[in-house]
Amino acid sequence: MTQSRHMMRAFIVYGGALLVLIWSAGPFLWQFSTSFQLDKALTGPTPSFIPHPFTWMHYRNAFFERHLQYYLRNSLTVALTTTLLALVFGTLAAFTLSRLNIRGRFGLLMVILSVSMFPQIAIVGPLYLIAASFNLLDTYTGLIIVYLALGLPLVTWVLFGYFETLPRELDEAGRVDGVSTLGLLWRIILPISLPSLVTTGLLAFIAAWNEFLFALAFTSNYQHQTVPVGIANFTDIYYVPWGDISAASAVVTLPLIVLVLIFQRHIIQGLTMGGLKE
Amino acid sequence: MLGAQSHASPGPGPQTVAVIRQRPSLDRAEVSSGDHGFFRPHRLKAVVVAWLLLLPALVALAAVSLYPILNGIWLSLTNTSLITNSSDFIGIKNYATLFKDSGFWNAWTHTILFTFASTAAETIIGVLMALLLFERFVGRSVLRAVMLVPWAMPTVVTSKMFGWLFDGQHGVINYLGVKSGLLSANVDWLGSAHTALGTIILADVWKTTPFMALLLLAGLQTISPNLIEAAKIDGATSWSIFWQVRLPLLWPTLLIAGLFRALDAFRIFDLVYVLTGGGPADSTETLSTLSYKTLFSTLQFGYGSAMTMATFITEGIIALGFCLFIMRQMRAAR
Repeated sequence: MTQSRHMMRAFIVYGGALLVLIWSAGPFLWQFSTSFQLDKALTGPTPSFIPHPFTWMHYRNAFFERHLQYYLRNSLTVALTTTLLALVFGTLAAFTLSRLNIRGRFGLLMVILSVSMFPQIAIVGPLYLIAASFNLLDTYTGLIIVYLALGLPLVTWVLFGYFETLPRELDEAGRVDGVSTLGLLWRIILPISLPSLVTTGLLAFIAAWNEFLFALAFTSNYQHQTVPVGIANFTDIYYVPWGDISAASAVVTLPLIVLVLIFQRHIIQGLTMGGLKE
Repeated sequence: MLGAQSHASPGPGPQTVAVIRQRPSLDRAEVSSGDHGFFRPHRLKAVVVAWLLLLPALVALAAVSLYPILNGIWLSLTNTSLITNSSDFIGIKNYATLFKDSGFWNAWTHTILFTFASTAAETIIGVLMALLLFERFVGRSVLRAVMLVPWAMPTVVTSKMFGWLFDGQHGVINYLGVKSGLLSANVDWLGSAHTALGTIILADVWKTTPFMALLLLAGLQTISPNLIEAAKIDGATSWSIFWQVRLPLLWPTLLIAGLFRALDAFRIFDLVYVLTGGGPADSTETLSTLSYKTLFSTLQFGYGSAMTMATFITEGIIALGFCLFIMRQMRAAR
């Protein structure tokens, strides 16, 4: 009786696990395989998971005909700068809210959080007009400023949550040693927060890398368009170039996947607990 | 009951909120003096320093979120258009037009429907996945990592991927469906008004459910194993343990994760814009895509702003309703 119950449990658990695995990885693997197949195979009557014959053609197209390297350059520039600035601004804000004498800290945190809940469509129009008047359309700067503000709430909240877990004895020790306010942040808090900063930075980077709405509105040529806009524009008049799209998708997604797999434990922790000690 | 609050682990926000509230009682007397400023002798200076450090973040948020919202309210009361170059104050005329605009209400209905359907599906499937991941099995940590893949990929890539999977002619879904006999013929998933919105909901569920599951799993893991053990000793079945112990304790996490998910779903833009552009026959038009077109295709910034303000207000109402509900639930639990 227990034996069969045991079998039953194993069956459900492993069956479920297999389903979740196919669900999570299947579609991407299918697209990855598509990127190595000839158009003729893709439009054939029987689709195949194994690329046969194998081809690099779509990767060549993505780079040489569709400017993927420009989109990558633009996205990297924008996302890296945004991440760096968001970490600096966010660290200062989180440190202040967690460690210094600020009236209404709870209110401030709530305001910061609610700002991140604004529907972005409500600010894209006015921001477009402002950017136009400052000549910031089709520039990296325009996108970076917007992404910085979009990323700040998350960065501030996650870092705040982490700083709150650091023992206050540290502050006391610093005070006894006579370090300044910034010294406390720079020499005591930051060095022990490095892992948390890396994770938070990764979250900010992913958000900026994936953003579509503002990039679509603010940029109009491949000199400044980012990867999502570039890929969204991969179309031909007579057919959809699924192979080229898949190749570009693989190029822009694989690095993210690798980063996420490396930092997975920290990401889940950072987002769920704000680094709270259990 | 059972101190649900202290066990629960809601999303990023509330947990930390709890910490703020608890702090005075946690801190020892000498430590809590740190709350009153790092340097007590120079109180004023400390306050100035604190605000200076906050300033960069506050300025960025004010410039890119608060000001545009206020500016948007103003624009919505004008007839601003980049074609005619007009921008005169016209009162609430835009809102009056909007109220009678069937295109707007069509998009409004789709957005509410999408928000409700995808949030519900993501929460239910998310709970199932979380329960599964809570069990011990070989390869569990690998699976947990793989589940982050859909969350990490750009939504535009997800859109194109679903466009390909659900392609009307060569998509693998059609192939498998016909081959297995579930479909009698190829279905033009995204090209038909009957199936397009459903396909988009499916794409959204695919992308966000695994992450939801991981959040809920973190919530499950904070439930004391002793409680489960005690229930088992009392002879409770897994089924009743779920309904009587786990679900009530997971409830706060579930509500807050659901709130964030719903607010996010309400903003849907990327998937629709890339997959269908709102078509076929406006059957997938949502508030964000319709507003975007009004703003950037017809360049009616006045009318478009009225539309985005209506979107903003609707989302505000959803958030408020959800928050009130959560507060009532939490009070009841106490």
